[in-house]
Amino acid sequence: MSSQLIIWPILFPLLLSVVLMFLWSNVRVQRIVSVAGSLVSVILSVALFVFVQREGISALQAGNWPAPFGITFVADTLSSILVLLGSISGLAVSLFSAVSVKGSRLKFGYFPVFHILLMGLNGAFLTGDLFNLYVWFEVIIICSFVLITLGGERKQLEGAVKYFTLNMLASIIFLTAIAVIYGLTGSLNLADISLQIAKIENRFLVEIAAVLFFVGFGIKSAVFPLYFWLPASYHTPPDAVSAIFGGLLTKVGVYAYIRVFTLVFPNDVFIREMLVSAAIMTIVSGALGALIQNNLRKVFSYLIVCHIGFMIAALGLGTELAFAGMVFYLIHDIVVKTNLFLISGLVYRLTGSVSLRDIGGIYAKFPWIAFLISIPLFSLVGIPPLSGFWPKISLFGASIETSSFWLLSAYIFGSFITLYIIARVWSAAVWKDAALVKPIRETVLFDQLALRRRVFYILPVVLLSLVSLYIGFGAEHIQNLSERVAIDLIDTRSYVETVLGPSQNIQP
Amino acid sequence: MQLLLAIITGILYASGIYMILRRSLVKLIIGLVLLGNGVNLLIFLMGNLVKGGPPIIPEAAKLIEGPYDDPVPQALILTAIVISFGLQSFAIILLKRTYQVVKTDDLDEINTTDEYA
Repeated sequence: MSSQLIIWPILFPLLLSVVLMFLWSNVRVQRIVSVAGSLVSVILSVALFVFVQREGISALQAGNWPAPFGITFVADTLSSILVLLGSISGLAVSLFSAVSVKGSRLKFGYFPVFHILLMGLNGAFLTGDLFNLYVWFEVIIICSFVLITLGGERKQLEGAVKYFTLNMLASIIFLTAIAVIYGLTGSLNLADISLQIAKIENRFLVEIAAVLFFVGFGIKSAVFPLYFWLPASYHTPPDAVSAIFGGLLTKVGVYAYIRVFTLVFPNDVFIREMLVSAAIMTIVSGALGALIQNNLRKVFSYLIVCHIGFMIAALGLGTELAFAGMVFYLIHDIVVKTNLFLISGLVYRLTGSVSLRDIGGIYAKFPWIAFLISIPLFSLVGIPPLSGFWPKISLFGASIETSSFWLLSAYIFGSFITLYIIARVWSAAVWKDAALVKPIRETVLFDQLALRRRVFYILPVVLLSLVSLYIGFGAEHIQNLSERVAIDLIDTRSYVETVLGPSQNIQP
Repeated sequence: MQLLLAIITGILYASGIYMILRRSLVKLIIGLVLLGNGVNLLIFLMGNLVKGGPPIIPEAAKLIEGPYDDPVPQALILTAIVISFGLQSFAIILLKRTYQVVKTDDLDEINTTDEYA
């Protein structure tokens, strides 16, 4: 069976990272190998995506141990989409890192760690085993700790203390939840758990486990009362690192939410209400937080929080329409959020600052770049033909359909505040005259760079903008894909059958 | 035995949470270590705690008859111990470095990144 393909998006970054470690001190070659390797990763994940589209959900039993006992890797449409987007973002960030991250950081193993991080992300997307998911989460966070502290500046260390503590706490809570689930069901395989959990008499314990999952994933994906570490730390590392964090790390939390709350705790009214109310608060408080910030990267950090709420709320609504909107929004959000942080790095290079007060004059000096950065910014707002608009139709529709008018108003509020913030960023960065403030640090500005390096600054932004444009203009394709995922998320029988084999006695 | 383990787990969680709520960097680490150990004991407790049962199926049989020891929690704990060992050693280095750079171990003073700029 060619379902061996499932393991390649995990194995390849590992191999790549080993190769990069052998090139430890040779930064020049590391750059080239990293970018080339990211390209191969994209090809592999496209192959996986095409394979899943053709063959449907496929599972790989590691070491050929039969399903509930061994570790299962499952590639369904949702996972393969996320692996694909992750590798595209990885390619863009790899390109951006090659020029923007300082050589002193690269000498201490930036690229090997970066590719292990991508391996962890792919592993988390593809695993079908709860404890294995925990292990991938640990792989991701240990790499992110290294990336956030690499360089050892004061602000980085301060950010890292908060980031570290909360993420470690989240892992501990997640592990506690796994312990409770294991005690209840005696299984760690997600598909098996979803069958066992329905038979449990003591629903109270099941809800406790659900709350533990909610808190554990909530810290990771930045949901309302648990997100304060995010805006305190995401603006401290280099922009390339923030980009991969902002684009993918919080989304792994969202993915874990989707997986666990559709497979293990479906149709639990208490959980649903909890998700929706937390999401409403996330949207409102994230939007208000972004409103009062002046640092471009902090504005974007709060926008991450705000838009996480969009997806978590849809998960709470639990209708097919809501799920379709959620998946579409996830697809759009990964690309745009990665791009936003790359843009903040680009803006810093163009103007020497990320403070909204000091930046400006991009349109006067670089009209084409101004046009380029308008694409992701306006995609984020959701100006109609662009990508942010389409999922909102489903999301708004779903909240009307389920008469969740509080949620509907939060969506509208969040969208309008996003519009206002992006208008503010746009007018500050692009239209305003460049401020007279001298750049504080001795930054080499964009126009003093060699042409080759300039191209590498622009190229990843162009790449991700093109993907955004495709999501916007090819919305019908993405919408069909999201609807298929939504059907799979509601009717989990095909997932369970693929993992455990068709002989299982599965209740409808 | 189960009761004892349950009480110890509870104490570890409670003291761990108390410690991470303190303002000192060192107590933060101790709190995380305690919580990590608490969760390991919890996993241990969640497997079937039976004394002297067989952990694996005998060669001739298809199923285990009667009570058995579940080997999975121990495998899980082993993994969790290794992971938390790595994270804790990273944490200690991180906090030492932070202390050297920021020159305080008061968590409330590690807040220059939150300034409005």
